[in-house]
Amino acid sequence: MPLSITTQEILETIRMVQMENLDIRTITMGISLRDCCRTDAKATAQAIYDKVTRTAKNLVPVGEEIERRYGIPIINKRISVTPIALVAESMGLEGYTIVARALDEAAKEVGVNFIGGYSALVHKGMTPGDKALIDSLPEALSTTERVCASVNVATTKAGINMDAVALMGRVVKAAAKASADRDGLACAKLVVFCNVPEDNPFMAGAFHGIGEPECVINVGVSGPGVVLNAVRKDPHCDFGTLASAIKHTAFKITRMGELVGRAASESLGVPFGIVDLSLAPTPAIGDSVADILEAMGLERCGTHGTTAALAMLNDAVKKGGAMASSYVGGLSGAFIPVSEDAGMIAAVEAGALTLDKLEAMTCVCSVGLDMIAVPGDTPAETLSAIIADEAAIGMINRKTTAVRVIPVPGKKVGDHVEFGGLLGHAPVMPVHNFSSSAFIARGGRIPAPLQALNN
Amino acid sequence: MSEKKENRVIVTVLGQDRVGIIASVATIIADAGANILDISQTIMQGEIFSMIMVIDMAVATISYDQLRATLEQKGNELGVQIMAQHEDVFKFMHRI
Repeated sequence: MPLSITTQEILETIRMVQMENLDIRTITMGISLRDCCRTDAKATAQAIYDKVTRTAKNLVPVGEEIERRYGIPIINKRISVTPIALVAESMGLEGYTIVARALDEAAKEVGVNFIGGYSALVHKGMTPGDKALIDSLPEALSTTERVCASVNVATTKAGINMDAVALMGRVVKAAAKASADRDGLACAKLVVFCNVPEDNPFMAGAFHGIGEPECVINVGVSGPGVVLNAVRKDPHCDFGTLASAIKHTAFKITRMGELVGRAASESLGVPFGIVDLSLAPTPAIGDSVADILEAMGLERCGTHGTTAALAMLNDAVKKGGAMASSYVGGLSGAFIPVSEDAGMIAAVEAGALTLDKLEAMTCVCSVGLDMIAVPGDTPAETLSAIIADEAAIGMINRKTTAVRVIPVPGKKVGDHVEFGGLLGHAPVMPVHNFSSSAFIARGGRIPAPLQALNN
Repeated sequence: MSEKKENRVIVTVLGQDRVGIIASVATIIADAGANILDISQTIMQGEIFSMIMVIDMAVATISYDQLRATLEQKGNELGVQIMAQHEDVFKFMHRI
């Protein structure tokens, strides 16, 4: 029987995995907790713990079996759940913390490193339950290890809830203070969104949306290293040729996600949701989105031309990826988290990449100002204003944007913060010192934008 | 859908060339009761040994995990890298 695949193709796949850090970044099981609402917090927490541990019992073993079968590393197995504000609405502040601990325990029991969905959707307004969840965030995130939280403060159809934006500035600050002994690590588990997707498999912003089934498997692929190699192959080709090379590579990467998603879905007896096409970097050398932009011909990521390079990369990845999977969803764009990308860190340290340029970059890629360390004395209103700017970009451009900033207690511009593992390390970046407090103090809601007259 | 029943595994060996690599790997596969369907072997750039085997595990007497572990161990002994991966991973990436 002849080889149905050529030697070159087999070696190409092996090279991608062994030398270019191709991996499946995450298999995320979405679990609905809508049937876990009980009359008191303890009973609700118990129901949540029982359901998560029962439903996700086989997630990690199945993930490991698939890794062995295909020889492709699956870095993370994770869980996303129904936004907790919907499940624990009536629990009050103390009740929420009990629920957060139950989620943490459940995650530990089944062996997943993060559980997302400690979330509230407040783009138009807040219920008492939403408010209690948001108020509980500093304690919930600083006293648990694996719980990830997100709050959606804006959508294109509702506008920006500026009361929530103002509140989140204070909450981010309080979360940093509550985890001051770990350089504000709690903030690394908190994302403030505009237009949040309901099927995102990536942390910290994953949750199991209200339109989702009882249980679902979503897959996030990775592969900046593979794309980097494809870009480096022909340093002088024109953009049409370059886009084509990136598309081909993205197709191959995404096929791995599709294969793993289907296999996991079949083994677990759970429907396959989506493949998220995002190019997700890691702190490992050669697994960087910034390196790709530099390989396109920029001396440093962050200089003039970076936005154009990123726009082209992002679009080519989507075009290639969309052809490779039956269902694409989640965030599906290049990530630019500073602390998780060695090239971004180097660009910041070289003075090439600033917060303002990162903000511009978020106009053309997923997902926002991500994993950025700022000085510990940054006022809450300034954090709120940063959130408002990102939300405005998302709202007007009908895309997801987010903010995950860490105002590191006691640290100043130029200091360095170590978060460890996939969260990486980051230089503390400067913010503008001019105040935004009168703007944030206005409160209310920025109205939804026109969907016509697009200029 | 008949492809589903097949249980074909691609074994790849990469490393410094030396005497007896093919024999050692083939012996392990024979002992496992797996059938070698195809072999392709070259020396890349004059020194890197590269061998790709397609094997059928439909009637194998040991599990895929056991075979994989045995091959890996042999790879360590021989100072080469031996990988076993289900054929689907290559089909999925390179064939539509």
